[in-house]
Amino acid sequence: MAKLNLLLLLVLLACAFGLVTSQHQGRKAFAALESELARARELDVEYGQLQLEASTWGLHARVAKVAADTLGLRAPDPRRVRVIELAPAQSRP
Amino acid sequence: MSYAAAPVPVRLPIWRARFVLFAFVSAFAVLLGRSLWLQAVQTGFLQERGEARYSRVLEVPATRGRILDRRGDALAISTPVKSIWAIPEDLKATAAQLRQLGQLLGVEPRELERRLTGTSRDFVYLKRQIPPETAARVAELGIPGLYQQREFRRYYPGGETMAHVVGFTGVDDIGQEGIELAFQASLAGASGSRRVIKDRLGHVVEDIEAIRAAQDGKDLRLALDSKLQSLAFTALKHAVETHKAKGGALVALDTRTGEVLALANVPSYNPNNRARLTGAQLRNRVITDLFEPGSTLKPFTVALALDLGQVTPETVIQTAPGRLTIARHTIHDAHAGGAMSVAQVIQKSSNVGAAKIALSLPREEMRENFRRVGFGAPPQLGFPGEAAGKVREARTWRPIEQATMAYGHGISVSLIQLARAYTAFARDGELLPLSLVRTDMPVAGRQVLSAETARAMRAMLEAATQPGGTAPRARVMGWRVAGKTGTAHKLENGGYASHKYIASFVGFAPASDPRLVIAVMIDEPSAGQYYGGAVAAPVFAQVMQGALRLMNVPHDAPLTPIELPGEGEEAREST
Repeated sequence: MAKLNLLLLLVLLACAFGLVTSQHQGRKAFAALESELARARELDVEYGQLQLEASTWGLHARVAKVAADTLGLRAPDPRRVRVIELAPAQSRP
Repeated sequence: MSYAAAPVPVRLPIWRARFVLFAFVSAFAVLLGRSLWLQAVQTGFLQERGEARYSRVLEVPATRGRILDRRGDALAISTPVKSIWAIPEDLKATAAQLRQLGQLLGVEPRELERRLTGTSRDFVYLKRQIPPETAARVAELGIPGLYQQREFRRYYPGGETMAHVVGFTGVDDIGQEGIELAFQASLAGASGSRRVIKDRLGHVVEDIEAIRAAQDGKDLRLALDSKLQSLAFTALKHAVETHKAKGGALVALDTRTGEVLALANVPSYNPNNRARLTGAQLRNRVITDLFEPGSTLKPFTVALALDLGQVTPETVIQTAPGRLTIARHTIHDAHAGGAMSVAQVIQKSSNVGAAKIALSLPREEMRENFRRVGFGAPPQLGFPGEAAGKVREARTWRPIEQATMAYGHGISVSLIQLARAYTAFARDGELLPLSLVRTDMPVAGRQVLSAETARAMRAMLEAATQPGGTAPRARVMGWRVAGKTGTAHKLENGGYASHKYIASFVGFAPASDPRLVIAVMIDEPSAGQYYGGAVAAPVFAQVMQGALRLMNVPHDAPLTPIELPGEGEEAREST
């Protein structure tokens, strides 16, 4: 009888430790998840800011100004433009 | 002697033992009863109280959806910012700290002082919507009683170019103008909340339940093409400045899909910085302003006459001597023309010719025709404040009014209604439904004219842009264009102002297979020139040229430079 009781006590202890450990593991995993989610939100915010920046740099007016002033680009003289007619079969690639 | 050595048996009375036993048993019974009471009866309440010690409901903020142009470039994006607020009673800061705070926030120390002491409220915003980096430096000051709150701020990279279409949101991220207001419901999204367990240090350690999942706002893709929009805005702004006009408006429609590709207004404003806004800057002249269009309406009268079989393009109408008197009112032509064909009435924009054609039409039919092409009813874009315009009841028309209505007086329309009405000519008689949102799908319209009439009108409108017409300056190198000028006296105090005009041009290209309708309106050009053909048509040509190139539309005319007529050589219209 006493042996059985001792055995049950050991089993109980093992279970209790197991419960505590798994709870702890669970919380650790949850904390990791939380921090990853926070990181995802941060990256999302950064993505938005980068998009904003891309839009600002890519403004048509700015591109046109850089092309004309810095790079000295201009539309070609129409007399030097050749328009190539595509054969109907080729027109839809 | 010793008591221990000789124990004396003492007989205690039995009731004492019983009494102790009873006391113990009843004490246990009380404990048992109490624990039963707590565990079984009050358990719900107690658990709730316990949970309240460590569980918290967290707000999960939803991000407002982005607004994109048709290519996916951002026109409006929300990004998180911080607002700094304080509880004045709890705020304890040294003078040096306050000075630093003022510097970081860009607020005068005296102003800061006033806000903190001059109020009895226990919640004061010190500065709203500052960048997160600045907020982090404010937090480093470690001033007690100073708090931060996360908010969203909307940025508009397109600036003044897009302002009237996109609109803006208020400080609480709720749409106030334009698309931001029109699509508030789908852009906004809904913030959610969840219940969590926090430990002593405030870290979230467990998720209990999601009360409401956060629903981020949906992205919205507009029909607008930001390149075309920027082109349109620049050209319009330049024209308004050159002609010292009060304002101007332009709208470009795709004739296949009914999409609004560009919508520009001058004067404009910067939606990122709305410190000083005037009503004139906020006005969306394309959609919410009404004006008497003038000659740009002539094609509709002529189209109706063609449709009813009253005239053919070759029918000759006597417009000499360039005047027509109806019941004491006289209609004038800018240049007396003599006998003209109907096609020439359009090409030279003769008021007398248009009036004579109108007088041969039943007035109910004329009114019905105006209503059919969309005047007098909002264009149903879903945009806030769409103007419906006004077409009076036919039975109230006097003959002189029927005559003037033929060339666009006594009727009020918005620029977008006018552009939309021209889709009927561009699309073989079909009036297209319009869309501000990208659809990218060919759309079927409502047949309002016969296809033959529409084709005949296209030929006449193309002639108006040829030498001898009113709008040679609307021509574009490499493509055939068609369109009509308008020069109307402005209405002022119930009468027509003699020296204030609205110059307009509505047209489409390529004339062989129209892809784009563009309408331009310049309000009060006052630098000498005021004819639609001189003021509005060049804007049309400039924007149309760029747009057709951007859209890769095949040429239907040779690429030879266009010879513009000299000053005074082009035909002029007076309305």
